[in-house]
Amino acid sequence: MKYLHLVVANLGRHILRTVLTVASVALALFLFASLRSVTTTMAAAAQFGGARRLVTLNATGLVFPLPLAYTNRIKALPGVTGLSWANWFGGRYGDGKNFFANFAVDAESYLALYPEIVMPADQKQAFVQDRTGAIIGDRLISQFGWKLGQNVTLQGTIFPGDWTFKIDGVYHPTDPAIGDNVLIFHHDYFDERIGRAGIAGWYIVEIDDPSRGPAIAKTIDDLFRNSSSPTKTGTEREFQASFATMWGNVSFLMSTIGLAVVFAILLVTANAMMMSARERTGEIAVLKTVGFSDKLLFTLVMVEAGAMALTGAAIGLGAATLLYPAIHFNGAGFLPGFKVATSTLIFGVLVALGLMLASGLVPALRAARLPIVQALRKVE
Amino acid sequence: MIPIVYNVRSVVQRPVSTALTALGVGLVVAVFIGMLALANGFRSALARTGSETNAMVLRKGADSELSSGLGRDVASIIAADPHVATGADGRPLVSPEVYVLIPLGKSFDTTQVANVVVRGVSDQAWQVRNNVKVTAGQRPTSGRAEVCVGSRLTQRFPHTQVGQTLRFAGRDWNVVCNFSAAGSAFESEIWGENEQFMPVFRGEVFQSITFRLKDPAAFEEAQRSLQADKRMTVDVHRESAFYAQQSQLLSNILSFLAIVITAIMAVGAVFGAINTMYAAVASRAPEIGVLLTLGFKPWTVLVSFLAESAFIALIGGILGCLFALPINGIVTGTTNWSSFSEIAFSFRITPLLLGVGIAFAVVMGVIGGFFPALRAARLQVVQALR
Amino acid sequence: MALVEIRDVYKSFQRDTQKIDVFTGLTLDIEAGSFTALMGPSGSGKSTLLNLIAGLDKPTRGSVRVGGAAVSEMSASQLAGWRASNIGFVFQSFNLLPVLTAYQNVELPLLLTRLSGKERNERVKLALDVVGLADRASHYPRQLSGGQEQRTAIARAIVADPTVMLLDEPTGQLDGKSSQEVLALLQRLNNEFNKTVIIVTHDAHAAERAKTTLHLEKGDLIEKPRAMAGAAR
Repeated sequence: MKYLHLVVANLGRHILRTVLTVASVALALFLFASLRSVTTTMAAAAQFGGARRLVTLNATGLVFPLPLAYTNRIKALPGVTGLSWANWFGGRYGDGKNFFANFAVDAESYLALYPEIVMPADQKQAFVQDRTGAIIGDRLISQFGWKLGQNVTLQGTIFPGDWTFKIDGVYHPTDPAIGDNVLIFHHDYFDERIGRAGIAGWYIVEIDDPSRGPAIAKTIDDLFRNSSSPTKTGTEREFQASFATMWGNVSFLMSTIGLAVVFAILLVTANAMMMSARERTGEIAVLKTVGFSDKLLFTLVMVEAGAMALTGAAIGLGAATLLYPAIHFNGAGFLPGFKVATSTLIFGVLVALGLMLASGLVPALRAARLPIVQALRKVE
Repeated sequence: MIPIVYNVRSVVQRPVSTALTALGVGLVVAVFIGMLALANGFRSALARTGSETNAMVLRKGADSELSSGLGRDVASIIAADPHVATGADGRPLVSPEVYVLIPLGKSFDTTQVANVVVRGVSDQAWQVRNNVKVTAGQRPTSGRAEVCVGSRLTQRFPHTQVGQTLRFAGRDWNVVCNFSAAGSAFESEIWGENEQFMPVFRGEVFQSITFRLKDPAAFEEAQRSLQADKRMTVDVHRESAFYAQQSQLLSNILSFLAIVITAIMAVGAVFGAINTMYAAVASRAPEIGVLLTLGFKPWTVLVSFLAESAFIALIGGILGCLFALPINGIVTGTTNWSSFSEIAFSFRITPLLLGVGIAFAVVMGVIGGFFPALRAARLQVVQALR
Repeated sequence: MALVEIRDVYKSFQRDTQKIDVFTGLTLDIEAGSFTALMGPSGSGKSTLLNLIAGLDKPTRGSVRVGGAAVSEMSASQLAGWRASNIGFVFQSFNLLPVLTAYQNVELPLLLTRLSGKERNERVKLALDVVGLADRASHYPRQLSGGQEQRTAIARAIVADPTVMLLDEPTGQLDGKSSQEVLALLQRLNNEFNKTVIIVTHDAHAAERAKTTLHLEKGDLIEKPRAMAGAAR
């Protein structure tokens, strides 16, 4: 566009001011993207888990166990193609500052239910045959520096004592639903050490037809409704989603702060635009005298505002998109798969455009409506 | 010294620019105060939960009540211990308690489930924990399926008022009272009789035993003696310290977030202040030239502009405080990941926090105004008056 | 038909609560190819007259026609376009855009046309040549002397080949030597290139360069235009 150099020249008038304004916009959008990503990551986590697997818990509460005796009756139900069980262990590694999930499972059946847990066949075999062995998600390698074949010791919190496992396998999850920072070990070793048997924390039930999930879930719960440990069954996705709601109002909090941030920056940008517009009243009058139309001047001012807003947006959104994967940020274990979603980027650009409109509109209108003669008189 | 009236008038003369800058600073301060009030509220809810004069016994190695388990024999041993205070009726002030979590659907959306603490108590509990008071109804009668619901739960969960029936663990429970606990975590709990809960939940096992120290200063001694006792394997914590430590994870996260977010916003606000002040200096160059010609020294010009910038920021700081104040006392809830339980708490703004917020604003103003003020001070008269 | 036809023009301004009449029925013709100086004390309406001719302002009553166009009746956006190709305006305080080079300042009116980049380039070079600043094309206004800035402004005013050139106190901020340069340039534009030039001025020296002088006092022409026996001094 042949008028472009006018916009560029104007932005270069006060380089410091332009740089500061663009930097403010970049900062604001970086923060906006980061905060929104907390929300989107939590929401995404609630989407994980297929409908192909159901999770059965004790209806009284998730801290209560289920009798293994139930499994035979569940396996016999039509539509059920697989079953496994697990128990939360909650062990702590080192000073406990880095949280990661660890639980005991019935190894062979569990791995059969989760094809998303991918690791070399020999490692899998080694784990299955090693009672005190464990497999870990590949994130734990980078987080703690563990190596295949090494022993790691966890402090039991619910089940006291030192628990040492040999890392027999490292898996890579092909579905974000399966955490990459999880440690899994054998249920029968777990039972043996705590002197318990025939009890599990929860069941995972595989079904052939996801659309029949709710029906099968109800059937399972009906089976045990009047027993000593009534069950509550739901899809894996519902199970994951329930964890997301435990955050409570955090999502709302993030959105509110995001809004405040955007608003604050709007003020900064608007301020900069208005200051520069005020200084240029005389020049605008001259341009109008030369024959630049009101509409053209309006457009030029808006383009100027837009250039600052969109450049800042590109820098801020770009930085957020690149930074978090680069530092493997996962919210100390609570926000796995943290990244800037495409919707956030789109939103960010919309915010930038909104900024452009809001901060450029008044100066642009002023420029368009400037009465030439009065403006010239002030200059002369 | 250049009279401050000059700055005040100048500020008033460019209302829009001043207002926008002040508002920017104000928002940063508001967010700062808001987030720290959140962290504050959470921390103080937990801090008030524990008392300096009580000690809490858990199974050795357990990091929360949830993961602990103690038998009746341990309760008897502790009841007989000389470090335990006795009540007016001569009985030892010992409270063995069952502690479980149950899923309860929230009032506004029952598919959203929170894990709520259900605590089994004996009648000693009401004395050992002396900040707990019944606010409505009567304490549960022994032998009946009755519960007492904490006041923070009544707003947020259905069937929790006196006279209603709450269903959990496959049974119906009559709500016979509500209680308050000085804003502490107990207000987010459901209390009932130990003997009623044990058969329904985990059998003949307590999760914790809390007792009043006969001599609060002698805690270390009590701790040593009980932990060394070969008849049981326990850890003894001072109740206040235990709950404070429970709050650490989440409150650290909140504080960290508060600082990072506010720092980034502050940089933006400072940029705004810099812009405003540079423009002010540029447009007032002739005035500055006149002041210098009259004989005012450059450093007084510097101080004058710094003061102006600080003044605008101060206005912003006050605005920020006003924006933030309405949230004081608002109740919100989240899961305390250390204990996995739902806890409700309110935003807590203290005068100290407000003071810090205003000081923060002024600092932003001074930093933002520094270089422009320096430029003003360095203006050569000839240049300025042209 | 004269190039500029002013017919029975009335113009008044509202200053606070006072109504000030500048013109009350002014009638005046300016011929194509003329070099006219408008003189008179402050407040006599010289600048206002210039603004009316350029279409920057509208008369309260009466008509202004320039080159056949009914300037006093056109809309603001029509006037903008019309000015771009018909008027070359030069201000007392130069009014160059400080962020643009001399070349870019001169180019401004051409951006409003459909000329290609190459064509614009030719014209700008030509205009700068005529005013004698071809070697200063890439200088910024702050790097030019007062006289050079004003000549750049003149180049900007002629680059689109306008029908009439209007200059408001062009030598007002210049020293003696620069004033002479600028006035000589104007004479050349008028003699060699046949440009119609109208200048408003206090400066008697400037008026001498003009072929015709009009005196305005309180909105009225007080002397008949008399032809000056011509020449530059």
